[in-house]
Amino acid sequence: MSGDWPLWEVFVRSKGGLSHRHVGSVHAPDAQLALAHARDTYTRRMEGVSLWVVASKDIVASDPDQAGELFEPAENKIYRHPTFYDIPDEVKHI
Amino acid sequence: MTAPDAARVDYLLRLGDDALILGQRLSEWCGHAPALEVDLSLANVALDLVGQATLLLGEAGDADKLAFHRDVLDFKNCLLVEQPNGDFAQTIARQLLFSTWQHMLLQRLVNSSDRFLVEYASKAVKEVAYHRELASEWAVRLGDGTDESAKRMADGLDWCWRFTPELFEVDATLQTLIDAKVAPDPRGFEDEYRSAISSVLSDAQLEPPADQRAIVGGRRGHHSEHLGHVLAPMQYLQRTYPDATW
Repeated sequence: MSGDWPLWEVFVRSKGGLSHRHVGSVHAPDAQLALAHARDTYTRRMEGVSLWVVASKDIVASDPDQAGELFEPAENKIYRHPTFYDIPDEVKHI
Repeated sequence: MTAPDAARVDYLLRLGDDALILGQRLSEWCGHAPALEVDLSLANVALDLVGQATLLLGEAGDADKLAFHRDVLDFKNCLLVEQPNGDFAQTIARQLLFSTWQHMLLQRLVNSSDRFLVEYASKAVKEVAYHRELASEWAVRLGDGTDESAKRMADGLDWCWRFTPELFEVDATLQTLIDAKVAPDPRGFEDEYRSAISSVLSDAQLEPPADQRAIVGGRRGHHSEHLGHVLAPMQYLQRTYPDATW
């Protein structure tokens, strides 16, 4: 039966102020039951305070074959990290 | 506590046995539900109910002894909860009819004069609101689904329908507790119940089943032959190896 149902990606906000994080997926016949399945599958142990589900087919994903051109150029650009500053000792919480 | 002890204990057993037997029934689906996600949904509902039973039977006496060492005739659950799972639609029909009633009861039980029942109801009412919601959603999906699912849903309702009048029955024991403001009078929400069920069935494109001869007696220990088959696997271990621990 679940093989006939579309797949939904599940996002859980673990507590107020944090972002929703992808935790996995569920099968469900429609959005409302996808939310119920997500609740029953991923928040059984107090993992969350808010849920999103989105139809997996609606997610636009990057092509793994393009990983080279998309992501490798960033590898040798360490100057994009703010790691070249001397932080005075008096400055806290950095 | 103002109500006589015996009536209060009887009421705790009625509520506790409803939860225990339906929890046990639902857990029979574990590993057999139509989909993994549904398996988890039903198991979650079952666990909520077993948790409620633990609280209620623990207040009535020794929860384990009451659950595992009583015979069929001593159980006080309503007949609806012991009905066989049947197919998924029949399970959903039973859940819709029971959870809707239980939810309306708990919404009133939070105002009981009995402090334990207030605490129990305040916790359980949120769990049962979800059970009711889930059963309603599925009833609509099945009723307004394919010809096959609609027929199964109608058959499931037809099977369970004759057990609903028992939910609104008031006997001398319950009347004592209603007078003491320990228990809500279920007749006070019977109309609301009928219209809530009609509303779900209307969304599901289903007609309410024709009224049938009511079958009652669970509260007095007069059960269908099905209850023994629920208890046998549930009680087997404690009966065979009394006081076994692990």
